[in-house]
Amino acid sequence: MRIGIDVGGTNTDAVLMDGREVLAEFKTLTTPDVTDGIVAALAGLQRARPFPPRQVSTVMIGTTHFTNAVVEAQRLAPTATLRLGLPATAALPPMTDWPDRLCAALGRHSYLCHGGYEFDGRIISEFDEKEVREAAADIAAKGIRTVAVSAVFSPVNADMEMQAAEVLRDVIPGASVSLSHEIGRVGLLERENATILNACLHELAETITTALESAVREAGIEAPVYISQNDGTLMSVEYCRQYPVATFASGPTNSMRGAAFLSGQTDCVVIDVGGTTSDVGVLVHGFPREAAVAVDIGGVRTNFRMPDVLPVGLGGGSVVAGDAGDVTVGPRSVGYAIQQRALVFGGDTVTATDLAVAAGLCDVGDRDRVAGLDRELVRRGMQLIQERLAELVDRVKTSPAPLPVVIVGGGSILVEDRLEGASEILKPDHFAVANAIGAAIAQVGGEVDKVVSLADRAREDALESVRREAIGKAVAAGALASSVQIVDVEEVPLAYLPSNAVRIRVKAVGDLPLGGDDGATGR
Amino acid sequence: MARLVGEEDLEDLARGAAVLGTGGGGNPYIGKLLARQAVRENGPVTLVDAAEVPDDAVVVQSAMMGAPTVMVEKLPRGDEAVNALLALQDHLGCRVTHIVCGEAGGINSTIPFVVAARTGLPLIDADGMGRAFPELQMLVPSMLGVSATPMVVADEKGNTVLLRTTGNRWTERFARAATIEMGCTALIACYAMKGHQVRETMVLGTLTLCQALGRVIARARAEHSDPVQAVTEQLNGHAVFRGRVADVERRTETGFARGRAVLAGLGSYGGAKLELNFQNEHLVAIRDGRVLASVPDLIIVLDSDSAEPITTEEIRYGFRVSVVTAPCDSRWRTDAGLALVGPRYFGYDFDYIPVEERVSAERDRP
Repeated sequence: MRIGIDVGGTNTDAVLMDGREVLAEFKTLTTPDVTDGIVAALAGLQRARPFPPRQVSTVMIGTTHFTNAVVEAQRLAPTATLRLGLPATAALPPMTDWPDRLCAALGRHSYLCHGGYEFDGRIISEFDEKEVREAAADIAAKGIRTVAVSAVFSPVNADMEMQAAEVLRDVIPGASVSLSHEIGRVGLLERENATILNACLHELAETITTALESAVREAGIEAPVYISQNDGTLMSVEYCRQYPVATFASGPTNSMRGAAFLSGQTDCVVIDVGGTTSDVGVLVHGFPREAAVAVDIGGVRTNFRMPDVLPVGLGGGSVVAGDAGDVTVGPRSVGYAIQQRALVFGGDTVTATDLAVAAGLCDVGDRDRVAGLDRELVRRGMQLIQERLAELVDRVKTSPAPLPVVIVGGGSILVEDRLEGASEILKPDHFAVANAIGAAIAQVGGEVDKVVSLADRAREDALESVRREAIGKAVAAGALASSVQIVDVEEVPLAYLPSNAVRIRVKAVGDLPLGGDDGATGR
Repeated sequence: MARLVGEEDLEDLARGAAVLGTGGGGNPYIGKLLARQAVRENGPVTLVDAAEVPDDAVVVQSAMMGAPTVMVEKLPRGDEAVNALLALQDHLGCRVTHIVCGEAGGINSTIPFVVAARTGLPLIDADGMGRAFPELQMLVPSMLGVSATPMVVADEKGNTVLLRTTGNRWTERFARAATIEMGCTALIACYAMKGHQVRETMVLGTLTLCQALGRVIARARAEHSDPVQAVTEQLNGHAVFRGRVADVERRTETGFARGRAVLAGLGSYGGAKLELNFQNEHLVAIRDGRVLASVPDLIIVLDSDSAEPITTEEIRYGFRVSVVTAPCDSRWRTDAGLALVGPRYFGYDFDYIPVEERVSAERDRP
């Protein structure tokens, strides 16, 4: 048996699964205290379907804590950035183009020092230990213990970043240091940005992961705990403490993969309808399509791979305004107060949910309370909702051919049985907890990052052997061989080495066997 | 008419410049940040039409030289371009009165704004190519006999190299060698010319075109219409392919980012394959073995949904892109123009055929 838990900004969802079967589901409000929420979720599952804690083999947790901390600029540690690159790079110091809110939360503690490498491995200037030591002393004097370190061309040569880390740890006892070559790829500003975000989340990561783990142990479950990453794979709690940025956007990834699993589709559009907004994305061969351009997180530009999800201000709590002639739905929403404010629940605000009940799409709350709504207003309002969603479906699709559309999330009731551009509309069972199911079916990955010489070897051969090695690693990590796919290939030329060397990074991911007789994976 | 260009105009300008950059010309985001910083510190830049520039004006081109893959990593110190200009002015022995853009693409459309903002000199609405090209002699003024030298190459360490050569091909070789030694990025001041030569030899109005391109993309996104189509119409071009990047091979070689990308067709292009060859910029697009477009015509790669221009250093496995081709400045289609920037110059064994002829031939295929 496995447990998947998704801790969202509003709701915490949990599922108990055995093989492909969902044994129990539970939904509860996310609590300010992390431990309480997980304890409540596990207790909820236990009530819904009693299970011996010892029979749980794995607990997978997806969390938006870290994304939300950045978006809300809350609970972030004051963080210093040390960049090695002078005299280059001074035109655009660290945190250039960051939103003011985040700058205020982290402080503007940027230190530019000499060092860094040229593209061909020569140094831009010598590493100056005295300079770094002085910067470290200044950081320590400000009482800051969290530092992000970047160096020009550190993906080609990481030595100076590691030297700087050593000095920082020497001068600042207990310093938490994030190094850019471990976080991102070539592109100094984007890599440095991701490193700063990682660093400022470090303390929070300690707190959160400890709380998550102890909540699971409190329930008597001794099974290993994994955390969801943005690419749909799992990481250990220990790894998450070091690299909390890896959790960014794991929510949409889990939700889309959960939807695919529930509906049995591999190529489809997924609409996750919430209370205030809906997310629309597309799955291609079972994976969320990735955004092609740089991704902003809380207004900070990074070069992470992120699922390409279009948000729209339309959900179950969207406020309906105007009359039949000029009706609007959203983006204003009563949000989580829907249980008090929607007409069907005894409130005084006309919401999208009220329209859906009046149109006979669903039966929640007191249907009689919407009997008096203008029929034309209901018709036009519902039409508007379907049009907005159809337009989004059209925008995320890769071709004009109709695709299956899978609807998940609490607001699924808003969607009619037909949508333009959809070959069929699927509202699978357990749709309200697709996120948690996505976490529970998360995959394991294998990554190979190595320098190969192309002097006496064709590039295609070299790539193929690295690909095979990555697949082997994923299988060794427990993935089913038949499910493993290559999700990322990156080449960095290392022109300074003789014999046409390139650094090749390949990532392969695959499904964990879900148990049961056939080990079927659902994909 | 002279007009002021401020911080709020730079977004459209940088995005439009990246469209004309045809994959090269350097990272537009970094170019935008550098220009924004300079405009914030020094106030808006005065942009003037070539028509209002006095005949005897002293005009200098300001640009970045090197491999775009390096520029995104080794950012400049900030004053290199002004140092290059001042060193050139010293050598010329007379005051520079105007700045002009050498290349309407990527970072090189915005670097002149940095120099104009920092020096207070007016910037002329023109460029030397009407697009981006990888080499220094690939300018219409070069074809028409204007010398790139005297020229100054400057780095972040404070080095400046003055070049005086017998021809622009030599200038390219020496300047490229200096740039590689400087770490594959440098800032340059070159092609000093008189005001009347700007009118006679440059491609006029390109900065305004960049801004217009940025604006149609922004408008199409806001109106949820197709921004790729908006770009195609603005350039009088053709949308020729849509697909997903299946492979990218790239190397930093002799100071350039060289390589190729293979796209697997999507939608109505399903089953088809498009290969893009680049040297900083896209040089040739080959569909299923047939040349679909080549230099000097423009081969533009855009994100299929947002029409965000994708540079050759950014393009990655899995991206979904659309390819748009557009005709180049007509002077590039002369024998002299093709000798400088035609496919044979770049080592391809075929003759140039204008892109509109190739597109209609493709359309007539059974």
